[in-house]
Amino acid sequence: MLHVDRRRLLLGAAALGTTALAGRILPAVAAGPFQVGFLYVGPVGDFGWSYQHDQARKAVEAKFGDQVKTSFVESVAEGPDSERVIRQLATGGSQLIFSTSFGFMNSALKVAKQFPAVKFEQATGYKTATNVAEYNGRFYEGRAVCGAIAGHVSKSGIIGYVGSFPIPEVVMGINAFTLAAQKINPAIKVKVIWVNSWFDPGKEADAAKSLIDQGADIICTHTDSSAIVQTAEARGVHAFGQDSDMKQFGPNAQLTAIVDNWRDYYIARTKAAMDGTWKEQSVWDGLKEGIVQMAPYGPGVTDAARAAADATKAGIIAGTLHPFMGPVTDNKGTVRIAAGTKPSDADLFKQDWYVAGVQA
Amino acid sequence: MSAEMLVSLLLTTMTAATPLLLAALGELVVERAGVLNLGVEGMMLTGAVSGFAIMSLTGSPWLAVLAAIAAGALLAAIFGFLVLNLMSNQVATGLALTIFGTGLSALIGTGFTGHPVPALAKLAIPGLAAIPLLGRLFEQDALVYLATIAVAVIAWFLKSTRAGLILRAVGEADLSAHSIGYPVLRIRFLAILFGGAMAGLGGAYLSLAYTPMWVENMTAGRGWIALAIVVFAAWRPWRAAAGAYLFGGVTVLQLYLQGSGLLPVPPQLLSMLPYLGTILVLTLISSGPFRRRFSPPACLGKPFRPPT
Repeated sequence: MLHVDRRRLLLGAAALGTTALAGRILPAVAAGPFQVGFLYVGPVGDFGWSYQHDQARKAVEAKFGDQVKTSFVESVAEGPDSERVIRQLATGGSQLIFSTSFGFMNSALKVAKQFPAVKFEQATGYKTATNVAEYNGRFYEGRAVCGAIAGHVSKSGIIGYVGSFPIPEVVMGINAFTLAAQKINPAIKVKVIWVNSWFDPGKEADAAKSLIDQGADIICTHTDSSAIVQTAEARGVHAFGQDSDMKQFGPNAQLTAIVDNWRDYYIARTKAAMDGTWKEQSVWDGLKEGIVQMAPYGPGVTDAARAAADATKAGIIAGTLHPFMGPVTDNKGTVRIAAGTKPSDADLFKQDWYVAGVQA
Repeated sequence: MSAEMLVSLLLTTMTAATPLLLAALGELVVERAGVLNLGVEGMMLTGAVSGFAIMSLTGSPWLAVLAAIAAGALLAAIFGFLVLNLMSNQVATGLALTIFGTGLSALIGTGFTGHPVPALAKLAIPGLAAIPLLGRLFEQDALVYLATIAVAVIAWFLKSTRAGLILRAVGEADLSAHSIGYPVLRIRFLAILFGGAMAGLGGAYLSLAYTPMWVENMTAGRGWIALAIVVFAAWRPWRAAAGAYLFGGVTVLQLYLQGSGLLPVPPQLLSMLPYLGTILVLTLISSGPFRRRFSPPACLGKPFRPPT
């Protein structure tokens, strides 16, 4: 066996540590390229939420070339630790910082007060400040397009839905999907299984399997991995991808996918910050503005389904169709949205009931 | 619930239990030798990514499984060197190994995200697979069978072989084993290597058969569940198998019940049950009449310094 004495090993480790530290303390040069920092909640390799944000970061780099310098920190825990990371980005010279998860909001606001010259962009949140803007996607619009397809494609009339957590963002997706599907086929039933995790491929796959065993022939997901599309492919049923185009995991299974596209928004906001035209704002954009996009239709989408999906998409973009146009009745029989009215954005963010036909 | 659904549930349980069982069996042998390795999660992840990388580069499932075993064992070797030769604290080193393995697997996996590979082939057992309804249970991939066989082999090894007896002696009374001439450190090192190999295999099951893809952190805490199973099983292989099926089965069952809409209690309660069971076992084995029969290996977690 090897003989390395402990003291020497510790010395070596200490020496390594010092070099690493020296690299960190070196002052950042403010002049030069415009610095943009990014904060991700998951690994960039999740092929979902964080991956899409990182694709947009790369688009910013490609667009501005030498004029910008981007940096990112991945897998940042929501809560207090994110404050440290945001502050580190700000002291490191970042002039614009994108914090891309709901749980970063309070940290971003706190650090923003101490760095009034730095601009902050908070994805999904509800508070803004003079140097903090907030932005989000109307993903429920994409869910409505999926629903229209499912209404035509499902033969069993049972759709499985794998949910992460029963929060309004997820609940409104389930409801928008169900309403759109029932417009085509009023008998559609949606079975929801909560896995209580954003990311556990094995458990997501198990949930999909159990839904398929119980008669579902289309699986929807509001979790972050591609396991569902893959499971659907293996079991010969259909599925919708989430966050990014997951076609390679289910070339036959995937009907379409909701794709988060932050590219244009990030480029526009970086440009505004560079020009000095950046302003505090609150943005909730959808299909029309292009934050929410649909992946190309898969082979399982019939002509009728394609027509219905295109019509739904066009209606939402034109403003003639609202996925939550009343009357909407919940699964206990209470009328939640009166006939002929649309819910306000504030109402959508409070949604904690399921429409008729949902079993959750 | 129909009979067919019941078989589906069993089938999903078997696949959910396999990675837990493989990793737990490895850790069980390590702990019986008196070493506590908390790095199971890290070794599983490294095994998962190595197996996946070799699978997508060579297309050979055998090479992929071998690579996963080697990667798990290699990471375990680092642990073994640190805790046996440098006598570092086993708990701290194990935790560090998990953090290291998580980072290392992410690094290796950078180029492999988003590339699916074909799943391991299903092998039907002739005869058994032809049984109506139940036959589906005998049409699994090789690793499911391997995990089942491993339970029997490890139980036999620990109970009925001389080498197994020596390994247990090392875990129960290292000084005595040393004084009658057994190489305590070498035996522990070999046990640690075995534990790493099994964890790597468990990881490979996830990335090659269960959900044939690589994404960072895809074990999602299964390494920690494997550690809980070892305690739950009171360091006995057959009970570890029961534990893996229970832990896997309850998770799957609560998903099925949610889907059927028949669940009378919140699903979180069901998910919590196996851990409550583990706490219960821990309480039982540390007090009362069970203490002598189910106590942990006496030298578990203690460093061994050969007297000079």
